[in-house]
Amino acid sequence: MKYISEFRQQHVAQHLAQNIAETAKPDRQYRLMEFCGGHTHAIFRYGIQDLMPDNVEFIHGPGCPVCVLPTGRIDNAIQLAGHDDVILCTYADLMRVPASNGNSLLKAKANGCDIRMLQSTQDALNIARDNPHRQVIFFAIGFETTTPPTAIALLQSHSEGLRNFSVFCNHVLTPAAMQAILDAEQPVAIDAFLGPSHVSTIIGSQPYEVFAERYAKPIVIAGFEPLDVMQSALMLIRQLNEQRHVVENEYSRAVTRQGNLKAQAVMQEVFEIRPQFEWRGLGLIDNSAVRIKPKYAEYDAEIRFPVPAIQASETRGCECPAILRGAKKPQDCKLLGTVCTPENPMGSCMVSSEGACAAYWSYGRLRN
Amino acid sequence: MSKPYRNQLNFTSGKIDMSHGGGGRAMTQLIDSLFIAHFDNALLRQKNDQALLDIPSGRLAVSTDSHVISPLFFPGGDIGSLAVHGTVNDVAMSGAQPLYLTCGFILEEGLALADLQRIVVSMAKAAQQAGVSIVSGDTKVVERGKGDGVFINTTGIGLAPEGVNISGNLASPGCAVLINGSIGDHGVAVMAGRENLQFKTTILSDSAPLNGLVAAMVADSGGAIRCLRDPTRGGLATALNELAEQSGVGMVISEQKLPVKSEVRAACEILGLDPLYVANEGKLICICEASAAERLLAVMQSHPLGREAAIIGTVTSDPRHFVQMTTSFGGRRIIDWPVGEQLPRIC
Repeated sequence: MKYISEFRQQHVAQHLAQNIAETAKPDRQYRLMEFCGGHTHAIFRYGIQDLMPDNVEFIHGPGCPVCVLPTGRIDNAIQLAGHDDVILCTYADLMRVPASNGNSLLKAKANGCDIRMLQSTQDALNIARDNPHRQVIFFAIGFETTTPPTAIALLQSHSEGLRNFSVFCNHVLTPAAMQAILDAEQPVAIDAFLGPSHVSTIIGSQPYEVFAERYAKPIVIAGFEPLDVMQSALMLIRQLNEQRHVVENEYSRAVTRQGNLKAQAVMQEVFEIRPQFEWRGLGLIDNSAVRIKPKYAEYDAEIRFPVPAIQASETRGCECPAILRGAKKPQDCKLLGTVCTPENPMGSCMVSSEGACAAYWSYGRLRN
Repeated sequence: MSKPYRNQLNFTSGKIDMSHGGGGRAMTQLIDSLFIAHFDNALLRQKNDQALLDIPSGRLAVSTDSHVISPLFFPGGDIGSLAVHGTVNDVAMSGAQPLYLTCGFILEEGLALADLQRIVVSMAKAAQQAGVSIVSGDTKVVERGKGDGVFINTTGIGLAPEGVNISGNLASPGCAVLINGSIGDHGVAVMAGRENLQFKTTILSDSAPLNGLVAAMVADSGGAIRCLRDPTRGGLATALNELAEQSGVGMVISEQKLPVKSEVRAACEILGLDPLYVANEGKLICICEASAAERLLAVMQSHPLGREAAIIGTVTSDPRHFVQMTTSFGGRRIIDWPVGEQLPRIC
């Protein structure tokens, strides 16, 4: 099976589009929240909305790891990188994210901080091995997809006795974000969810069952390829028509109900739940992130270095909080395309190419 | 009296030191035994501080480019060949025939002479293939840590044939957009050559001199070529946006018609990159009158550097100057300007 081209075939897309048009009842709206930035990106990049009937609407969700990282934590990372002996290692897409006072990791690097862009946590370990007299900090972010590699790097450094390696942990949990959206004070009208793709390969489809049941929302675990998104939309429309609300798995080539048990075990070995964590756009959410267990405290950058809590303010007029909850669309924001562009992002949804505003602006603005 | 004895430069294990840029005998020795030896031509041999060139009538095209690539050697090329191709192509995109190059070397103390020799030999070969002479040069040495091995600036001078009028502001609605082959090869080859990326590919850089292809196209076009642009840094997306902006037009490109090698597509998937934004060093975009498109396509396809040439889209009237793409999936999207350098994504 060809894992790229087979999931982007035009004739299959047209067939699916026709099927969706025939299945969707004209007398109702279908408001489908695609949870992940990867879905949002696919919808805009392939022009999927063009293939949907008018009453099938995608509502962009909060599943963009770079977008939901609060500004204060970027400020913390820049402070960490400012220590003389520190090498700060990070995934590349964090480099441009705006911090307070117009700063960013990219600018801190230009100002002399030793900040390295990585493809893998293993690169951070190699840097630590090669620089025994420097402190190497891995700036760890992401949902459950990127959490296991962080855990493994930490366990490796523990078994090797790499004393100069530590992790600045910002990993967050997907189900908590879904709960926050469903429990919001002013809940957004969402009929169903396209469930997380890569995250579900780790945690499985089982954790979403409670949401399908308790909130009566159909959920389909959806892959990131454009045909995955369309097939999943069709499955959701069918559930809604039949008034069912269960978790279905479209991404069965990668996701099981239980998920990756090995990955879950290493996460449990290294991490514990944080009582509270701030999400950019969504605010403080209980039990929504992980931190390093006391057992591995020596690898916790928040213990090894001073990391003060920083309350950074959002730009006035920025609609990101409402957009991340699905309450507004990028085109509803007055800042979009005027003061807020990918070159000069004001809010979290414009900073990563996975963000709803960036995807809309970069690929989709021709429609307005 | 016999000449004082001087050690030969050791091209096996020797290194560049500060004296090679100091203006004394060591520098002269480097210039004589490496640069002049390989770039050899009558103008360079005069060893003046300048080259005197006879100017035929017509218009001169001049372009300069600095090359700072890492790694210095990559699959399908090196900084030397790139420094020739980059500037030759910039001159050629006016329709001019490149004739002369100058080159400025900034060498980092500690650079292996063997590497420098390899680069100079490659440059000489590339210049010969492109039919240009390197007629003037300069060498500076910076302290260790203040350069990245070697930086090379080249300036090219070319002659525009009588009556040729090719410029980025001449695209108009209805024109056809052509490209001479597959996109993204150079950028992916260079990324695969970087140490911290642990994947190997069989992709070679497309780095090549395009002046021969341009000459064939210009000769056969009957004045129908409006714009030529080599989509280097920022890839095809950036070059198309530049042309749309300069000419005050829009464009619609067909994804299905865009040549992309399957290896490049796969590498871009892994890294989270879009081939539209990945650099090329042997590609050109040609915008021409629609009536001439098929004939020009045939000319391109009959040239070794244009075998995979394709008509990829059309110029439209659009006050917002959008470059749009009909996706092979059946939808539409914008091809926007890139934001900074394309960085690999985490998921």
